[in-house]
Amino acid sequence: MVEPVDHESVYDSLLGGDDSQWAFGTDFEDPLAGVDTTVPDGVDHHDLAIYCLMLADDALVMSHRLSQWCSNAPDLEEDIALANIALDLLGQSRLLLARAAAANLSVVPAMPHGSPVPPEDALAFFRTDREFLNVRLVEAENGDFGQTMARLLVFSTWRLAIFQRLAASRDTVLAAVAVKGVKEMTYHRDYAGRWFMTLARGTEESRRRVVAGLQAVWPLQAELFETHSVELSVTEAGVGVDPATVSAEVQVLLEQVLSMSDVERPDIGALARVRGENGRDGLHTEAFSLMLAEMQVVARAHPSGSW
Amino acid sequence: MSEEIQAEWPLYEVFVRGKRGLNHVHVGSLHAADDDMAVRHARDVYTRRNEGVSIWVVRSNDVTASSPDEKDPLFDPSGDKVYRHPTFYDIPDNVPHM
Repeated sequence: MVEPVDHESVYDSLLGGDDSQWAFGTDFEDPLAGVDTTVPDGVDHHDLAIYCLMLADDALVMSHRLSQWCSNAPDLEEDIALANIALDLLGQSRLLLARAAAANLSVVPAMPHGSPVPPEDALAFFRTDREFLNVRLVEAENGDFGQTMARLLVFSTWRLAIFQRLAASRDTVLAAVAVKGVKEMTYHRDYAGRWFMTLARGTEESRRRVVAGLQAVWPLQAELFETHSVELSVTEAGVGVDPATVSAEVQVLLEQVLSMSDVERPDIGALARVRGENGRDGLHTEAFSLMLAEMQVVARAHPSGSW
Repeated sequence: MSEEIQAEWPLYEVFVRGKRGLNHVHVGSLHAADDDMAVRHARDVYTRRNEGVSIWVVRSNDVTASSPDEKDPLFDPSGDKVYRHPTFYDIPDNVPHM
């Protein structure tokens, strides 16, 4: 007999009763459950934890900024695309925060006795702005869609180059996170690059906006390639990547998109450090405090809440 | 660029193939500026829960459809031709997707 087709859900015939598309199951247990989190020989536990926080915070803050587009993007399709990218980055961040906690539990903020908040949530929602180690590029306000695409292009090109090298990390957890992230960010870079080119070669107005957007984020890109002492330490230990080593590759890739878009590379100096510190030292801009307050307010109101 | 800027992107129909060997299935429609963007939008909108291994998109304008007015002459005549249905065969349990 021909099986009856359920015309209400086209997905039933697509999936054929196979529910493996629910890739993450239905619970949110320890994201590193069953994974060997032993720190490799010769690696400083604290440095590894701090390095994981740096990579995690870049993704977490960028993810939150992208999620602010939800219901505000120019089209329903872009709304979903931006939310997908935000979720990819949130997933990277969650694994990296859990890895940081597993490497050195002392980086996790103290919670009330008996609090069910897992370490990765405590790190995301109960650190102050001075304890976040993300680059300042990701914390700036979104601006318009053109500026968001300019930032995403710079960010994903840079982070992809780092993760491609991080896949060879001696730390098997970081290497696995990197391999997963490379596939995700290859799409993010493609998405942002296409939009950058489309806007730059579109109408007079779209070009004006995306060029202005690039100029707005440009002062924040030099910081991406500055090496923090912890990044140097984990690179020498064979578990991390010195961001200075990806500079040449990233500039070539950006130059390709810029030249195809017929846009000049901005000639704008870098945003200065403050008392010798930048994002990797926990020194952030005003926009970040406001963003963080919004991001953390619910979790902080319920420090013993279970989600 | 065309001189006339359209207020809305054209509509595309999206077909997704769930597994190797199965057929593409129509899953819905979306708006996109061109064919390439339509594939990427389809990826973002219709395959985010691991549904697909292949995507087809086609401009909705390029689909020729039967008209509801023709429903009776087109489809009613096949309603009582039971001998056209291969229902007199036993299909073994291990033959899938029939």
